[in-house]
Amino acid sequence: MTVDEVKIGGLGAKRRRVEDSRFIRGMGNYVDDITLPGMLHMEILRSPLAHARIKSVDASAALAIPGVQLVLTGELLASRNLAWMPTLSYDTQAVLATDKVRFQGQEVACVVADDPYIAKDACEAIVVDYEALPVIVNPTQATANGAPVIRDDKENQHDNVIFDWEVGDQDGTDRAFAAADVVSELELHYPRSHPSPIETCGSIADFDRATSKLTVYMTTQAPHIIRAAVSMVAEIPEHMIRIVSPDLGGGFGNKVPIYPGYVVSILASILLERPVKWIEDKTGNLISTGFGRDIYLRGQMALRNDGKILGVRMHTDSDHGAFFSDAQPTKFKIGLMHAAFACYDIPVAHLTARGVYTNKAPGGVAYRCSFRITEAMFFQERMVQAAADDLGLDQAEIRRLNFVKDDDFPHRTPFGFLTDSGQYGKCLDIGLEAIGYEDFLKQKEEARKNGRLLGIGISTMTEPLGAGNSREYDILGIKMFDSAELRVHMTGKALLRTGAKSQGQGHETTWAQIVAHELGIPADDVVVEEGDTDTAPFGMGTYASRSTPVAGAAVSMVSRKIRAKARKIAAHLLEVSEEDIEWELGRFYLRSSPDSGVTIQECAMAAYSNLPDGMEPGLENNAYYDPPNLTWPFGCYIATVEVDPLTGVWDVLNFVAVDDCGVRINPMIVEGQIMGGLAEAYAMANMQFITFDSEGNCVGSNYMDYLLPTSWETPGFELHEVVTPCPHHPIGAKGVGECATVGGPAAFVTAVRDALKGPGVRNIDMPLLPDRVYEALTEGHDVSGSPPVRTDL
Amino acid sequence: MTSLFAAVTTETPVDTPIRRITVTVNGKQHTLDVEPRLLLAHLIRQGLELTGTHTGCDTTHCGACTVLIDGSPVKSCTMFAVQVDGHEVTTVEGLASASGLHPIQEGFRDEHGLQCGFCTPGMMLTAKALLDENPDPTEDEVRWALSGNLCRCTGYQNIVKSVLVAAARLRAKDNVEEDEAP
Repeated sequence: MTVDEVKIGGLGAKRRRVEDSRFIRGMGNYVDDITLPGMLHMEILRSPLAHARIKSVDASAALAIPGVQLVLTGELLASRNLAWMPTLSYDTQAVLATDKVRFQGQEVACVVADDPYIAKDACEAIVVDYEALPVIVNPTQATANGAPVIRDDKENQHDNVIFDWEVGDQDGTDRAFAAADVVSELELHYPRSHPSPIETCGSIADFDRATSKLTVYMTTQAPHIIRAAVSMVAEIPEHMIRIVSPDLGGGFGNKVPIYPGYVVSILASILLERPVKWIEDKTGNLISTGFGRDIYLRGQMALRNDGKILGVRMHTDSDHGAFFSDAQPTKFKIGLMHAAFACYDIPVAHLTARGVYTNKAPGGVAYRCSFRITEAMFFQERMVQAAADDLGLDQAEIRRLNFVKDDDFPHRTPFGFLTDSGQYGKCLDIGLEAIGYEDFLKQKEEARKNGRLLGIGISTMTEPLGAGNSREYDILGIKMFDSAELRVHMTGKALLRTGAKSQGQGHETTWAQIVAHELGIPADDVVVEEGDTDTAPFGMGTYASRSTPVAGAAVSMVSRKIRAKARKIAAHLLEVSEEDIEWELGRFYLRSSPDSGVTIQECAMAAYSNLPDGMEPGLENNAYYDPPNLTWPFGCYIATVEVDPLTGVWDVLNFVAVDDCGVRINPMIVEGQIMGGLAEAYAMANMQFITFDSEGNCVGSNYMDYLLPTSWETPGFELHEVVTPCPHHPIGAKGVGECATVGGPAAFVTAVRDALKGPGVRNIDMPLLPDRVYEALTEGHDVSGSPPVRTDL
Repeated sequence: MTSLFAAVTTETPVDTPIRRITVTVNGKQHTLDVEPRLLLAHLIRQGLELTGTHTGCDTTHCGACTVLIDGSPVKSCTMFAVQVDGHEVTTVEGLASASGLHPIQEGFRDEHGLQCGFCTPGMMLTAKALLDENPDPTEDEVRWALSGNLCRCTGYQNIVKSVLVAAARLRAKDNVEEDEAP
C-alpha cells in the first residue's frame, strides 16, 4: 500500500524539471517578454568619466525629438527628494547624478520615449558639461595622504574609508604566533569579477492612477526586499506596491541590489501614468551593476613543525566602488569573511578589514557566494598551501592533519561560527582516489624530466550557507527567515508558494518534491509559484545558497502542519482516536489493522466535505522558518593541469569534485548546480575579470573584453558525493548552489602554481592569463596584484 | 506594421524611410514595412511577438538571439531586419512540430541541459544547424559548434550531453523511417 517515494517524485528522485516545458518551447516569461498596453521605453544616459563635476545638463535637443515623452535628470529627481536612495548597507547611492559623477557608467539622465530606438537617439542628444576630477581606482590610492574625498556628499565623510572592522581574538592570536615554530605568509588579490547573467537587469513599472497601485515587473532575486525598499524610497504604502519577478535569465547575485534604473522607471510611470519599460544593455550591466570580489587579502599562519596550525591572522582591503551597496547581513562588514578556516581545527584567529570608496562601480555583491565566502575560502586554501610549501609537507596531508574530525561536531571555528556536521577526511579520500593522487605525483615527476609541466591542486572547504538564523542575520533590519504557504485542494492537488525566487535553480521542481516527501502527494500534483509579492508569503529571496536551507525547510514545515491536520481528519474518517493511527507516505492507517486506512487525498476531500465537529474547514497553512544555524556543506575539489612552457597556456587534465551537501532533494539538479559552479570557478581562475585603467575606464564593458568561458574551453568535471545530513534541517539538506564556485578557484590556481613550482614563485594572482603564467615561469617570480591594465584600447 | 512598436501610436515622421520586406518565419510568410535600422532580433521579438528569441549582449557574443536563416545559425541582434528580405527564418517557436517536441528539445529537457533557460533557444537552434549538417558529431565537434553560445548556469557539460543524446535519437528515428520506407 505504501507509495513509492521515487515514483511520486519525492526526495532523491531525478525528476525532470517542470520549468523546462516552457523554456524549451521559447515560452518563458522574462521581463523583456512582457508588453503592456501603452507601454513606453526608457534608456539611461551614463557618465563617460569616472570622476567629474557636472556643470550642466542640457536636454532641450532630446526633448525636441518626436516620440520623446520625458527626460529625467538629477535636478528633477532632487526637486522631489529622490536623487539619492538608500543602499542595502546603510549607505546612500545616487539615483541620477546631481553634483558629481563618481564612476564611469553612473546614471546621469533617463529618456522615456515611444520606442527604445527613439530613447537611445535622445540620450545621445543630451549635452552634459563635465569638469574632470582626479580618479581613484584602488585602495592604495584611496587611502593615500591627500587623496580626494570621493563621497564629499556625505556630511561626516572626510576620507575614503567606509569601515575599519575586526573580529576574533587579537591577544590570543598574538600568543599563538609567539609559540609557533614557523610562520607562513601570503598576500594576494582577488580581482573584480562580474556575475554577468546572460539576461541583463530590467523593469516595467506600471502605476495605475485609478487604484493608485504600483506594479513593477522586475529582474530581482529578492522581490519582497524590493517592495519594502520601494515603499521607503518612493513613499508609496507597501500594500499599494506589487513586485513581480517573472522568469529570470540568471542572477548569481547581480539581481539582488536596487539599481537606479528600477527607481527611475517607477518614477517615470508615476509621472506619465503609463507603463515604462527599462531594459539595460549589456555594457550598462557590466559597467554599472553589482560586481563581486575586488579585495586584497594578506595573512599569516602560525604552525608547529609537524604542520599543525596554531593560529591565523588576516587583513583585507576591499574596494567597494563609489557607493557601499554590498548586499550582506548588517552585522558583518566584510560579509562572512570570518568563516574562513572553518573546516580546520584552529584554536584562534584574528581578522581586520578595511573597506574603501573608489571611482568604480559599486561592488561587493555576493557573486554566486554567501557574502564574501568565495574570497575567504580562496585565501584559506592558498594560505594552507603556502604553509605546506614552507614546511615541505604534502598538500593532502596538511589538510588531513588539521581537519575537524567527524566526531568533533559541533565545532566552534576560530572566529566563532558553530559547524555541525561533516566527513571531511572521507571526502578528501574519495577525491584523492578518484584523481589517482599517488600515480599523478609520479607522472608529474616523470613528465618534468621530459620538459612537460604538470601540476595538481587541492581545495577543501566548508562554508556557511542559508542565512539566517534571524538573531544574527538581517538585511536593513529585516530578519533573514523564509516562508512557504501550502494549499491542498479538495481533490488532493496542491498549490505551494514560497518567499524564495528561482533564477534557474529549479524550485518549481524541487519544492514539489519536498511536499511529495512529506505528504505523499505526487510532485506532479503540486504547482509551485514564486516571485509575486501579492501572492507569495514574505521571504528574503534567493541568493547565498539560502533557498533549500531556509525556504526549503519552510516547505517541509508547512507540509507537516498540513499532515497534522490531515491526521485529525483521518482519525475522524476512521472513527478512532488520533493515537490509534500511524502515518506512512501518503496514507494514515489503523495501527491495529494496517489495511484500514485513508489516503492524504481522501483527507483533503474530507477537509472540504466531511469534517469533524468544530474543525475549521480547508487544508491550507503557512510556515515561517527561522533556521537554528547555517548549513555547512563541504567540498573537496582537485584539479590536474598541464602548462605549456612555451606559451603559458594551461589546460585542465582532470577535475574531481566531491560534494557533501547533505540529503539531495533532486540529484540531477544538485549535479547541475555543481557543474555550473565549477564552470564559474574555472572562469574566475582562467579569464574572467574586469579591470580599470588609471582614468577609471572599465576595461571589460562587453563580452569581447570581458571573457566568459565557452563550451570549447570549459573542462569536463567528474562528480562524487558524500551525504552527511544536516542535523537541524528538517530533511537534512544543506545549501549547494555556490560551493563549487567558492571552493573551485583555489584548486585551479594551486594546480597551475604547482606545475611551475620552482624557487621564487609563490603566488600568481587570478586570472591566470597566459602572459602572467609565462612571466612567472620564465622570470621565476610572483605575479601579483591587480591585473595589468591595457592602455592600448 | 508601419513601425517597430506598432502598439505605441507614434506619428512616423514623414522623412523616416520605410522598406517593405517579405520574410518567412517558421513557415509563415509575412510582408512587413520596417525601418531600415530595425534589428532582426527586435522584428522577431516585438514585431512578430515571438519572444523565445532572447537578446543578451547586443554584440554577437552571447548567442541568446541565435535564429536560423535558411538553415544557418545567425545572431539576430546584429543583423538588420531588411537583410532577411526573401529569406526563411526559424526561431525556437518553430522547432516543435504538430506531432510534438523536436528531439533536441527533448534532449535538453531529459539531460538537464538548461537551468535559467535564457540561452536555451539559441543553444538549441545552433545545435539544430550542427545536427542537420553532421548527424553524428563527436563531443569535440559539439563543443566547437556551440562555442558561440554562452551559458552561465550549466557549465556546458549537460548541454553537450543533450545534443549528443538528441543526435542519437534523430539517427535512430531516421533509421526507423528508412526501414519503414516502401
